[in-house]
Amino acid sequence: MNPDTLIRMANQIGAFFEAMPDREQAVQDIANHLRRTWDPRMRTQLMATLGGTKEVNLKPLVREAVLALRQAEAA
Amino acid sequence: MNACGEIDFGTPASATTTLVTLDIDGHAVTVPAGTSLIRAAAEAGVMIPKLCATDSLKPFGSCRLCLVEIEGRRGFPASCTTPAEAGMKVRTQSAQLAKLRRNVMELYISDHPLNCLTCSANGNCELQTMAGVVGLREVRYGAGDASPGENHFTDVVRDESNPYFSFDPGKCIVCNRCVRACEEQQGTFALTISGRGFDSRVTAGQDESFMDSECVSCGACVNACPTATLMEKSVIEKGQAEHSVTTTCAYCGVGCGFRAEMQGSEVVRMVPWKDGRANEGHACVKGRFAWGYATHPDRVTKPMVRAKISDPWREVSWDEALAHAASEFRRIQNKAGRNSVGAIVSSRCTNEEDYLVQKLVRTAFGNNNVDTCARVCHSPTGYGLKQTLGESAGTQTFKSVEKADVIVVIGANPSDGHPVFASRLKRRVREGAQLIVIDPREIDLVNSPHIKAAHHLKLRPGTNVAVLSAMAHVIVTEGLLDEQFVAERCETKAFADWREFVARPANSPEALEVASGVPAAEVRGAARLYARAANGAIYYGLGVTEHSQGSTAVIAIANLAMATGNIGREGVGVNPLRGQNNVQGSCDMGSFPHELPGYRHVSDTVTREMFENDWGVKIQPEPGLRIPNMLDAALDGSFLGLYCQGEDPAQSDPNTQHVTAALSAMECVVVQDLFLNETAKYAHVFLPGSSFLEKDGTFTNAERRISRVRRVMAPLAGMADWEVTCALAKALGYEMHYEHPSQIMDEIARLTPTFAGVGYDKLERAGSLQWPCNDAAPEGTPTMHVDEFVRGKGRFLITQYVPTDEKVTRRFPLLLTTGRVLSQYNVGAQTRRTANTDFYGADLLEIHPHDAEERGIRDGDRVGVESRAGRTVLPATLTERVQPGVVYTTFHFPESGANVITTDHSDWATNCPEYKVTAVQVSRLVGA
Repeated sequence: MNPDTLIRMANQIGAFFEAMPDREQAVQDIANHLRRTWDPRMRTQLMATLGGTKEVNLKPLVREAVLALRQAEAA
Repeated sequence: MNACGEIDFGTPASATTTLVTLDIDGHAVTVPAGTSLIRAAAEAGVMIPKLCATDSLKPFGSCRLCLVEIEGRRGFPASCTTPAEAGMKVRTQSAQLAKLRRNVMELYISDHPLNCLTCSANGNCELQTMAGVVGLREVRYGAGDASPGENHFTDVVRDESNPYFSFDPGKCIVCNRCVRACEEQQGTFALTISGRGFDSRVTAGQDESFMDSECVSCGACVNACPTATLMEKSVIEKGQAEHSVTTTCAYCGVGCGFRAEMQGSEVVRMVPWKDGRANEGHACVKGRFAWGYATHPDRVTKPMVRAKISDPWREVSWDEALAHAASEFRRIQNKAGRNSVGAIVSSRCTNEEDYLVQKLVRTAFGNNNVDTCARVCHSPTGYGLKQTLGESAGTQTFKSVEKADVIVVIGANPSDGHPVFASRLKRRVREGAQLIVIDPREIDLVNSPHIKAAHHLKLRPGTNVAVLSAMAHVIVTEGLLDEQFVAERCETKAFADWREFVARPANSPEALEVASGVPAAEVRGAARLYARAANGAIYYGLGVTEHSQGSTAVIAIANLAMATGNIGREGVGVNPLRGQNNVQGSCDMGSFPHELPGYRHVSDTVTREMFENDWGVKIQPEPGLRIPNMLDAALDGSFLGLYCQGEDPAQSDPNTQHVTAALSAMECVVVQDLFLNETAKYAHVFLPGSSFLEKDGTFTNAERRISRVRRVMAPLAGMADWEVTCALAKALGYEMHYEHPSQIMDEIARLTPTFAGVGYDKLERAGSLQWPCNDAAPEGTPTMHVDEFVRGKGRFLITQYVPTDEKVTRRFPLLLTTGRVLSQYNVGAQTRRTANTDFYGADLLEIHPHDAEERGIRDGDRVGVESRAGRTVLPATLTERVQPGVVYTTFHFPESGANVITTDHSDWATNCPEYKVTAVQVSRLVGA
């Protein structure tokens, strides 16, 4: 699927959670939202943007969440 | 006119619980205090003659036919206007009463035609019946010089302007029932009695035809008429029904109960069921009259297949169509993997049908790629209410509005979208409740007969969250919180975080005024009014959910209700007005790709195992694709097969070019529908569907009310929809064994705790049930979260306003928002195939006169509407209902291409499309 679309959707999720006062919790909530509502192929493609040229388009908080998601799914 | 076989008790039931006992004709009768004598008698089986009284309307006391004698009282009081009192002794029959009644009837009949044998009301005429009951044998008078029965309105022309009913003033007895029904039940005030004496007559509007008047064709007047004065044209054409079947309307989320009055398997008329708790005997123009689509010539009743979408359709047997579909799905899965196919179910289908499709996907397809059209309407409701309150559903009954003191309507237009509920709401406002409307348009509720909103927050599209946060700011900073409720019922830390957030100056009405366009003083006034109400209730619709912040807005609404303690009792609550009749049900039935029935996540091992044991398959623990994800995946080649039941994404989903490109990229699209809809243009297999008149099953309305849908005619295509899904599953190698939809409901109840107490037998007894219905609530749950929230403690969540990415620019300077009208329904597949097109035959673009003038646009001009997604052409109508900078259209007609211009922006949490905000430019077409 189009990685730009996935990044835009992930950043939208991030925009909701970044207002939360606890940053660590916000990161977990974003990762959790992705894990519970996104089809695995979408998550895989989003995680694949890490390390690529499009990674900079992820909001910092979302980037942390995608990293956390990748670590959790690798475990 | 009485519905087939129903008893008319003369006046409405009393709501009081105190009982009184009186004597009627020597029988002791016990009734609630406040019950009229005519009703008390009827409940005891004594039918007092009447004409102006009917149990859907307040007593009027004009016909003088229901007179009685009361021991110790002088004269002959009207039993409809006299309340029962303890110890009262009433006589309903005496020689004097008989004489009085005969004289009254003689006067009525002296001015009424005597062509009873050829009259359309023959067999169901209250006037005729009463003449018989009182023993009328002669008529000595005529009107003026006329002979008896030579009615002075004989020369008056019938009003045939309405497509569904006729008005024959010559048969009118001026009982006022129609006028009162229009006022009391519908709340439109379109009718009056004009003239005096013999010139008295029912008049629509300003002495206009019904079609030219304000009449909304709800049919309440027709229902109330005791003669053939107001009569359904279908009855005039076919005659009286010989039996009736109680069922549930297939249109909006109100889910009105109806009695389908039948001659054999042919519908004569649909009459609102007075015992239906969602509608209590009222209806709208769609449910009451627009059922002709069920037998429209456009119905496709033979299965069809084709190899390519450019090929012509070929009629085949059911077996061939199902075998072809199954082999194609298996071929695709063998080639592209198990997750390369999926299904879309519809909120127009029954619970049982929706349940079976998701079961087919999870068993025969072996994945979770199932979604419902609720994705594109109320999916944010499911998310937002689950997160805050713990259950993905509204909290009240519709009747609850009768106890509300302040009613907030945000992003909903009930007069058009949920008209029967709107009538209840307006009645409550006429009784004194105050109304706050939050909407970019001046919807009818803002200012209509006897209704005026205390506040209309005319916000810019896309700024709901800003306004709701600003209201929360006022409530927190002005000490309007219900501190005790919050302390006892809600999570402490989450509340503290929210309180600190909304109290920030950035969330004040003044700070957000620039974004929302709503004067801060109006926001403050509305917030104070809502927070100070003894009972404050919020009703919302797609104007809340269909935004990139749709879920955030739902959460913000729940926050407001919790902060003010407006939850957990009658008269308050958070009330989503669902777009289609079974939005709630389709969501309940596990039609989402991440949830099994009962909103339980697919990753929940215990739940999954319960279904696995029952179904005999392994269920994937990962979420599947949502509708927009399916379309995106189709374009990248990983999703190639779709089973689409009762849904038309090619017309109803946003960014049509994107949708059709995705459908075109699929290798097997199976459409199951009544008609060859827009999506069928991209289909390889067409499976004929059934209308609600051909179904047995249940619908669940916006108040969680499960109601029976009953078959009144056999499926035109020979197979019921649930049978088709079972047959497709079988062709795929997975057997389902049911003999009747009741067995499907039994399985749902067995596997879903909130439905554990639901069954067809109980529905038969109770009429309807509101879930949760289980051991803890055997008769259902009218009001939720009474003592504690479903999730335990209510959870406040911070709702930061984030402007949509869909911005206005110099190129696209206007914001387009969308909605629907009273007479048409969603993509119009049903209503476009009825005479409802007489009321609204084409989508229009509403534009403010200032914006029109700048563009040289005149009323009726055809204008180009261009967005970043596409371009279409619509006729313009100039109106100040929309504010400058905002344009509005409906999406009922495929040729108007409303969704050609909507974009693929969507809600952050659920991917619900942002239909309500599209930046556009509007220009007058050259030569228009």
